This record gives sequence, C-alpha cells and structure tokens, in this order.
Amino acid sequence: MMSQIIKVGMADLNVTKGEGVLTTLGLGSCVGVTLYDPITKVAGLAHIMLPSSKAIRNNTNPAKFADTAIVLLLEEVLKVGAIKGRLVSKLAGGAQMFAFANKNDIMKIGERNTIAAKKILKELKIPIIAEDTGGNFGRTIELYANSGMIIVKTIGRGTKQI
Amino acid sequence: MGISIEEMNNMQLDVLKEVGNIGAGNATTALAVMLNRKIDMNVPKVEILEFNEVVELLGGADVPICGVYFHVDGDLTGNIMFMLTMDSSKLLANMLLFKENKTKALDEIEQSALKEIGNILSSAYISSLTTLTGLNMKISVPSLSMDMAGAILSVPIIQYGQVGDKVLVIETEFNEGDNDIKGFFFLIPDVDSFDVLLKSLGVLE
Repeated sequence: MMSQIIKVGMADLNVTKGEGVLTTLGLGSCVGVTLYDPITKVAGLAHIMLPSSKAIRNNTNPAKFADTAIVLLLEEVLKVGAIKGRLVSKLAGGAQMFAFANKNDIMKIGERNTIAAKKILKELKIPIIAEDTGGNFGRTIELYANSGMIIVKTIGRGTKQI
Repeated sequence: MGISIEEMNNMQLDVLKEVGNIGAGNATTALAVMLNRKIDMNVPKVEILEFNEVVELLGGADVPICGVYFHVDGDLTGNIMFMLTMDSSKLLANMLLFKENKTKALDEIEQSALKEIGNILSSAYISSLTTLTGLNMKISVPSLSMDMAGAILSVPIIQYGQVGDKVLVIETEFNEGDNDIKGFFFLIPDVDSFDVLLKSLGVLE
C-alpha cells in the first residue's frame, strides 16, 4: 500500500495513523513537536512558531503557539485512538538561522520555542524520547506512523533518524 | 499598541506599498551604480500574504535560498531581510566579482560579496524610508544564511506572527542583459513600530 503523505504547514498541525506519514518542510526557528502511540500507531505533528499564546494579542490560531498547539495536538491524537499513558514525544527544529553579536530575544526564538515545548510536555506528563534541536540550520522532518520513526533532512548536513 | 497588517485600512496598506516601491527602486539604482551596469527593474510587487503563501513564493519550504538579514535601530526598530534564489545569488555574486563560476555552492568570497550587496540594497532602502518619514534609522552589519526557504523565512514570519497571521512582502525583479534576478525584501518593524511608521507617514492618528 502506498503510504499517504500529509503536509503540515507553518502554524499548523495534523494527525495520522497506520501507514500514514506526516511531514513538515523547512523548520527553522520553529519547532516540530510529535506525539506517538506505538500500540495504536497514531501519530501527530505540530509546527509551532512561538512559545506562548499568552503574551500575544492576536492568538486566534492555537496551532501557532507551543502552549495551545501541544494541548490541541493531544486532543486530536486521542480522538483517533491514541491512549495518553502510552504517548511519547520527539522534537526537531528550534534553530537560530542568523547570528548576531548582540543577541536579542527574537533571535533566540528557536531556543525559547524548544524550552516552551518541553515545559508543556512535562506538564502533560508526556516523555520526550528523542530530539534534534538547536544549531543554525533548517530541517525537514518526516514522521512515519507505522514505526514512530522521524527522518530529519538537512541541506549539506546529511539525513538522520531519531 | 501594535497595529497588525490585518487591522490596517486600504489607505494605510497603499502607503506601505508605496514605501516599498520607492525603497526597492532606490535599492535597484544603488545596485546599478555598484555594478556599473544598466539594471532594469520591473515594478515591485508589494503583497500581503499568509505565512504559507510566502513560502510558496520562493518555490517551496525545502528549496535552498540565500537570505541576508539586518537589524534596524533608531526611531523605528525591526529587521530587514533580503532574499534571493540560489541562482540569482550566484549571478549577483559573479557580476560583482567579474567572474564566471559555474559551481552550485557559494564560496566565502561570494558570500561576502552577497552580504555587501545586501548591505547596499538595505541601506538604500532605509535611506529612502528615512527621507519619506523623517525617522532616524540605522542598520546593523549583515548576517547571511543559505538554507531551506522555510527555515530562513521562519525568522521574519515569526516576527510578524507576534501580531498577526500575515506578512508584508516586497518582490523585486531586476535584470541585467539576459540575466533575471529575483529578490524579495521583507521589512519587519517590531510590534510597536508599525504604529510609529504609519504615524510618521500621516496615516495613523
């Protein structure tokens, strides 16, 4: 059977199961957060842009922020058959694409996104079993629902599995 | 209090677009002087786009591109990003260095040349903005990154994302002889600086 590839855009999330594949292209400072239930093979992926919806006035899109996106992603994977106690998470992205001498907050947004995602996952008691975060390069990720494996692709830095 | 692109009226958007036009025009003139060649410029396209539409403009989130990034400080604070397709950045670097390098990657000297081109274009852009608004602004040293379009674009998009779901993009196309060079400018005022900009242009109370 051909596996179905579902694209997740910026500030977006989606779920799949069985033979499905979730992909998000060109993660820079954004963080890709995945949830996976290895028994029912339910997988979810969120492409998060900002750490918190609380500091932002225009916060109508919950998939944009770590705090709201992960909670929404959890609801979505539970809807299609995941069991919360079995869920594991993986993270990728959170890079700093441009380097400057005097770093301000916005330049460290990748790191802040990663920290925020970890905090929310901890609060939800979902263990993080792998991550490929930081650095100064972009990542394209593919999450395979049949195994929970993530393939991380880069330009000039090879491909790896987490 | 941080007006977002979505909240702007047509007149405010038109003024921003016109600022984009003038800035891009001056930047192209500066480039022609620097390269000492006749450079033709198409009328810049100034658009308000959704996040994912911006990515498509460059051919997709995983397409390699070159971005040169600057901080803007002064009465208006924010960032400027100048983006080129890899082919365009190669052409520009070769023009500046008077050489014909056919390899795909950019070497260190070519990267440095592109930073300088970005510097001159952004300075010309900022100087027209200063003339129009009377605001004082200066730009930082450039920082260059070659990577996936989505990854590089995440930097300006995240900054726009703090106030809304849309981005102001200025697309300029210029050509020298048979060489078409496509560049994109992103002017990214900080959250509160859109108000400053619109006020200085007389379109916000």
